[in-house]
Amino acid sequence: MASNAPTGMPRSGRHDRGRPVEKPKNIGKTLKKLWAYVGRHGIKLFAVIFFVIASTLINLRGTSMIGTAIDGYILPGDFYGLRRMLIRLMLVYVLSAFFSWAQLQLSVNLAQHTVADIRRDLFEKLQLLPLKFFDTTPRGDIMSRITNDVDTISNALNVSITQFISSTVTIVGIIGFMLYLSPLLTLVVVVTVPLLIAATNFITKHSRIYFKQQQKALGDLNGIVEENITGQKVIKVFVKEEDIKQKLNVSNTALRDIGVKAQVISGVMGPVSTFINSLGYGFVAVMGALFNVPLGIITSFLLYSRQFARPFSEIAQLFNSLLSAVAGAERIFDVMAVEPEPADRENAVELTDIKGRVDFENVDFSYVEGTPILKNINLYAKPGQTIALVGPTGAGKTTIINLLTRFYDIQKGRISIDNTDILDIKMSSLRRSLGIVLQDTYLFSGTIFDNIAYGRPGATEAQVKEAAMLANAHEFIRRLPQGYQTFLSEDSDTISQGQKQMLAIARTILADPAILILDEATSNVDTRTEVKIQQAMLTLMKGRTSFVIAHRLSTIRNANLIAVLKDGEIIERGDHHELMRQKGFYYNLYMNQFAE
Amino acid sequence: MRKLLKFIKPYTLWAILAPIMMFVEVGSELVIPKIMALIVDIGIASGDHGYIIKMGILMVIAALLGAVGGIGCAYYASKTAMYFGADIREEMFARIQSFSFVNLDKFHTSSMITRLTNDITQLQQIVTLCLRGLVRSPLMMAGGLAMAIAINPRLTLILFAALVIMVFFISVIISLSFPLFKRVQTGIDKINTVMREDLSGIRVVKAFVREDKEKEKFAEANDNLMNITIKAFRTITMTLPLMTIVLNSAMLLIVWRGGHYVSVGDMTSGDLMQYMTYITQILMSLMMLSMLLMMISRARACTDRVNEILDTDTDIVDSPDAVSGVITDGRIVFDSVTFSYPASTGDPVLENISLTIEPGETVGILGETGAGKSTLVNLIPRLYDVTGGSITIDGVDVRKISLDYLRKNIGIVLQKALLFSGSIAENLRWGNKDASDDEIKEACITAGADEFIESFKDGFDTQLGQGGVNLSGGQKQRISIARTLLKKPKILIFDDSTSAVDTGTEKKIREGLATRLGNTTKIIIAQKVSSIMNADKIIVIHNGKIAEQGTHDQLLSQNGIYSEIYKTQTNLETEVE
Repeated sequence: MASNAPTGMPRSGRHDRGRPVEKPKNIGKTLKKLWAYVGRHGIKLFAVIFFVIASTLINLRGTSMIGTAIDGYILPGDFYGLRRMLIRLMLVYVLSAFFSWAQLQLSVNLAQHTVADIRRDLFEKLQLLPLKFFDTTPRGDIMSRITNDVDTISNALNVSITQFISSTVTIVGIIGFMLYLSPLLTLVVVVTVPLLIAATNFITKHSRIYFKQQQKALGDLNGIVEENITGQKVIKVFVKEEDIKQKLNVSNTALRDIGVKAQVISGVMGPVSTFINSLGYGFVAVMGALFNVPLGIITSFLLYSRQFARPFSEIAQLFNSLLSAVAGAERIFDVMAVEPEPADRENAVELTDIKGRVDFENVDFSYVEGTPILKNINLYAKPGQTIALVGPTGAGKTTIINLLTRFYDIQKGRISIDNTDILDIKMSSLRRSLGIVLQDTYLFSGTIFDNIAYGRPGATEAQVKEAAMLANAHEFIRRLPQGYQTFLSEDSDTISQGQKQMLAIARTILADPAILILDEATSNVDTRTEVKIQQAMLTLMKGRTSFVIAHRLSTIRNANLIAVLKDGEIIERGDHHELMRQKGFYYNLYMNQFAE
Repeated sequence: MRKLLKFIKPYTLWAILAPIMMFVEVGSELVIPKIMALIVDIGIASGDHGYIIKMGILMVIAALLGAVGGIGCAYYASKTAMYFGADIREEMFARIQSFSFVNLDKFHTSSMITRLTNDITQLQQIVTLCLRGLVRSPLMMAGGLAMAIAINPRLTLILFAALVIMVFFISVIISLSFPLFKRVQTGIDKINTVMREDLSGIRVVKAFVREDKEKEKFAEANDNLMNITIKAFRTITMTLPLMTIVLNSAMLLIVWRGGHYVSVGDMTSGDLMQYMTYITQILMSLMMLSMLLMMISRARACTDRVNEILDTDTDIVDSPDAVSGVITDGRIVFDSVTFSYPASTGDPVLENISLTIEPGETVGILGETGAGKSTLVNLIPRLYDVTGGSITIDGVDVRKISLDYLRKNIGIVLQKALLFSGSIAENLRWGNKDASDDEIKEACITAGADEFIESFKDGFDTQLGQGGVNLSGGQKQRISIARTLLKKPKILIFDDSTSAVDTGTEKKIREGLATRLGNTTKIIIAQKVSSIMNADKIIVIHNGKIAEQGTHDQLLSQNGIYSEIYKTQTNLETEVE
């Protein structure tokens, strides 16, 4: 009789009622894909459904047996029979509890395995996606798919589905048992149902409007809070505290007032359904009494009528949570459907013994069709040469790097290494032969040792140390309390930006690539560190073909070739002295940036 | 939570009305089974249809009253919670507005935002829960117990036994599952970290062909999370079956014992039925209560976080005898100034700085990152307070000057150019809300911002997104310079605020400042020597101390840090062989 009591598990309570629900676009297709995951655990799923139905029905049967106990044994005074009856009832309840336990255990297991599979597949899929995906999809968006969306699915599998089944079974079961006991009283109870549904609908419809407004007000407020907390120091400097407080208060009050409305209307649901419940309860008692229905049957009915309303409102809520789960699943499967990086060509080769010749021939490229970024690029690097790419922001320097690494593929022309088209080289082999030091140094959480060894798993301590020395990093690492075992966490402040760059250089030195791609940092690094980084870069470049997005004068002066890019074209090329003599774009750039 | 109670005070009436209303609802729910028992015992026994119908109507009235009570409670509880939350938010925000830079540095931006948004929403939910659920459940239990005892005290022993067993189970399960759910949270954090790092470093991952390693890392975190979650839920899902068994056993025992009492006439059958309703209500309330308590215990962290802000007192306030109108010329004197961050154990950030800046002078400050340059200038408008020595402006200690006056008369362009949503003109008027269009234009010309602003379709009315997202770094810096110029301050400070401006424009800005703001004292922090080499005085800060000071030529001839920086910057190739 208490099988539907609230469990210890958190589930959507009445506060969620009327939250706007996101509608999935293609339910059928998404469900089919979802089934591919759930279906793997088909036996468990089957067992869960079986246990839910069994425990619900057995429990309902118990309630009707209470009535029998009253009419058949208590009123006639047959205590021997009563004891037998109650022992049977106890067995029924134990069995029902066992089934419900088994069901809960299994459904947790099922849900967790399913979402773990989905999470893993999603992550593995992400590893295959081209850079374009990451450049065009906000990171928060991807994160929310692997956390929030997976969560909703897990919740739906864990709670909603079993609750949906048990609610349905409860409704059908109660009607069945009631009909069996007394068709008349059944009618009385059932009359309250449309009332309940109408009330639920009415309230849900209204609260949804308010919740939408509340959501918007909350969004506005969050925007104001975020902007002004971020800009707090500016506010202080301009003595704007009072103005900003006013602004927040307006928004805060608006949220409060709409919040009251939303909360009240959703809070009305509880009392209203209690009222309808009591109404049913009263009708049963009165009608039962008027029509001389046996006392035991009235008792069973009173117990049933207490359980009858909940499944209806539960189903209404579950429907919403199932819908948002499907919408979540849809977003996940959207990612899984994104075109991965192109597979290696059939006859793709491994690069061995690389000399380091790199050619760009008539290369055209655009990120978005119709807006060309690079036009007819021709660039030749002989083994060991340094090519400096110079030009204003947006000229296409970074794009050239993206193409050589095949982060993006060219649309026209040919890029080759040692005369092999890079499209004919295995992707892994190509990228291993290239070393990239980017402007934004990215390190992973882990020890300094692990970070340096990132590009060469299994590197020995001596190798790591040697790389660090060459990168001018050994000196500062040695001075850290934990040395190479110092743990770097996300956004850690343990080491400075400049030191991070040196670690990135050490990482690339250890990976020992034949060809280098460098994006010189412009970030705030003081002059002394700057010199150290510069030395490390030079060590790294020694003997390697290097493409450098150059900001440092020394790099540019020492380059074998300077390619000046403007609007996607190479407009000047030559070494420093040649270009200075030309008195063209480079000359102006140089005079502007570096001359006194 | 206790400290936050004072925010409920203004709404005491509502906070009292809510439980009273709940009283009505609970009362109705307790009275209904009683009426039912009367129907059974008197109505059915006597066959008096009139009585039965009368009782039926009474029941409907009771139910209606209950509904009114319930709705009333929901109304007052929600209202209290919402007003309570809004007031706390207002107070917190006001508190943050009064914070000094030291206070602000202590709380991270994102953490302050969370406190003002999520944490408050949670607190509001807790208040609603307390005023409704936390009142309802104990009330229901007490009322139900009283009724039960009134009907038959001996049967109530069974009820007590059931209660004790239930409390025992619930506390065991909670204490077992709590640590497990903590581990689940750690597991989720771990997954998020791996994920976030992979996304942020995707270029590195791909460049080093480490996708497989990343997959392994993720799979490990993923499996770990799955296993721990299953374990945690396994414990908590014991609750329902256990509770059901306890509840049902109690029910059966009551039918068994009660049946005897009915047959010997100690109790009517209506009583027995009534009794069974109460026992369900009581035990259900207990389960609700345990859930509520679990939720409230989780809110502990929220209240702590909110209180932490409310309890933080700003450490920079006006002194009682603060004066204004004292900044006339703009002469700044640092006298043996020392500064260290509170609770820091290391060397002070600034040590024994003595320095005089004459009115109208331009002073350049150079030094490594972390040398203390920003801190030095932040001390002038009291964004931080000195920990030793003093700073005076035109002979008055800054700590004796009214904060508003002081900050309004010192223009400081911060390192990070932050703009706010709104039009460009609105942003510029931060400096002077009554500035005329001509004044705005003039400030923009000096800041080298006029040309690009006018090139926008909407010119000065161009709307900026949050934080000025649709502008480049250099553009933001120039607007924030113009914004500061509009204050027409006596003292102007640039904290490395042209780093993203191209060299040509920077030169123009420098020249504009020199010609148009000749009487203003100017302090310029820079990374590039070229930004400050023409200053009247150049100061080199090293490890929190003034290492060198003088003009460009003087410092160059000293062959010290300055000349080393100068050489590396202008002549980097000397390092390269």
